[in-house]
Amino acid sequence: MRFLSIYKTAERTSPPTQEEIARMGALVQEGMKAGYLLAVEGCLPTALGARIRRSEGKLTVTDGPFTESKEVVGGLAIIQANSKEEAIERVKQFLSFAGEGECELRQLSEAGQNTQAQGAARS
Amino acid sequence: MTATDTHRAIDAIWRIESARIIAALAHMVRDIGLAEDLAQEALVAALEQWPAGGVPEKPGAWLMATARHRALDHLRHHQLAERKHEELGRELEARQAIAPDLDAALDDEVGDDLLRLIFTACHPVLPAEARVALTLRLLGGLTTAEIARAFLAPEPTVAQRIVRAKRTLAERRVPFEVPRGAELAARLASVLEVIYLIFNEGYTATTGGDWMRPALCEDALRLGRVLAELTPEEPEVHGLVALMEIQASRSRARLGPAGEPVLLLDQDRGRWDQLLIRRGLAALERAEKLGGALGLYALQAAIAACHARARTAPETDWARIARLYEALARLAPSPVVQLNRAVAVAMASGPAAGLELADALTSDPALKTYHLLPSVRGDFLAKLGRFDEARAEFERAAALTQNARERDLLLERARTLCLRNAGTRT
Repeated sequence: MRFLSIYKTAERTSPPTQEEIARMGALVQEGMKAGYLLAVEGCLPTALGARIRRSEGKLTVTDGPFTESKEVVGGLAIIQANSKEEAIERVKQFLSFAGEGECELRQLSEAGQNTQAQGAARS
Repeated sequence: MTATDTHRAIDAIWRIESARIIAALAHMVRDIGLAEDLAQEALVAALEQWPAGGVPEKPGAWLMATARHRALDHLRHHQLAERKHEELGRELEARQAIAPDLDAALDDEVGDDLLRLIFTACHPVLPAEARVALTLRLLGGLTTAEIARAFLAPEPTVAQRIVRAKRTLAERRVPFEVPRGAELAARLASVLEVIYLIFNEGYTATTGGDWMRPALCEDALRLGRVLAELTPEEPEVHGLVALMEIQASRSRARLGPAGEPVLLLDQDRGRWDQLLIRRGLAALERAEKLGGALGLYALQAAIAACHARARTAPETDWARIARLYEALARLAPSPVVQLNRAVAVAMASGPAAGLELADALTSDPALKTYHLLPSVRGDFLAKLGRFDEARAEFERAAALTQNARERDLLLERARTLCLRNAGTRT
């Protein structure tokens, strides 16, 4: 099974320190060593991004920074796990390194697979 | 958190942590059966205490510490009076006294222990099925029931297999260590064989059945990736991981709507998993960067990579595939590899070149009943306009195949050639 974990946290006011970079690197390494981390990406500041919304047929583009947002997307990870509980444990480990914030964990649809049956089979 | 929630969390945590714990204990007590039993005691303690007290913030560390205490108790209690064991006990107690936050330092040791466990579970003194069961149990964290379901075997059979395997390792006094020097290559080959066996069991399982089976691919991939990080200097480990990632990338395209297999060249490449392809290509690059001639797994991965890189079938670099099959044939001479090479050569240089290679194989006794040889020859002959001979080959191939659907396809090809020969245009 695959899960997407989207990490949201308060936007940084300063670039990450060497120590923080090293810690995040170590965390990614841990994920690699444990063989469950399929992909991981970190986001640059919202100032470099944008929000695009379509509503009632109208498209609106809002450039960053998103100073009014309490939390913004900080990064994402795609994890391989045998169950939602296992994925949760992986995310807990990540958060204990990453600090404050919230991860939204979503199971990814894998075409040709009955996810309910899989969940039952491996629980 | 309800009791059920806690139990599910414990199951998940156990799945994640058990291999490292068993590995560390095996280092202490020098017996993997005993190590597993002691680890289970820690699990039982967790099942008893966590529902009421809550799951600890660092569950892995809790389990490891608890398990280590049990091991020390065991060592002392059983008065393993040989000085070695006493000293070991003292050394471990001293280590225990160090603040448990030194996760990083302990991590390296556990990494070494994990590697020792992998090599021990895959020891060639054990038959292949025992190695597979033991590996899935100790390193994959699967229960006996899960392993049995995955391999369509009765649970008691698998349980016995595991019991016997541990006994054999104890009786033969297999040391808990990473092999060195001349021994390493053969022992590593044994490990890779086990991992690939697990992968293939999952890969060839059809969908629509028990999901335990295809999930074996994920177990194999995870084990391979873990091994790759533990032995980063071993090109064949990266080669195997690359091969598995790329093969797995095709799993959504491999079967048609009726569950029938779809040939690689006919697959909808839009369904190929690009994430896995990217990972596979990266692993292959690691293998190649280590230098030296590519080994068996790396070569097969390189061939798979050629297909993976081609956005459409016509864009396939057949010349490169032909060269890789040639290298593969030199390393592992096999008529099947030679036949695959003939197909690649034909795609690159035309059917006449392919036929020349295929003709050389017709005298090989190993291919006497292999339906793909006449099937491939038939294909070349048809492309060369030699329709009568081609038809005869397709009919021969149809007679040799066990698969009803394939037989129908081959007979259909023969029939179509008949019509062509008779001058009928469709």
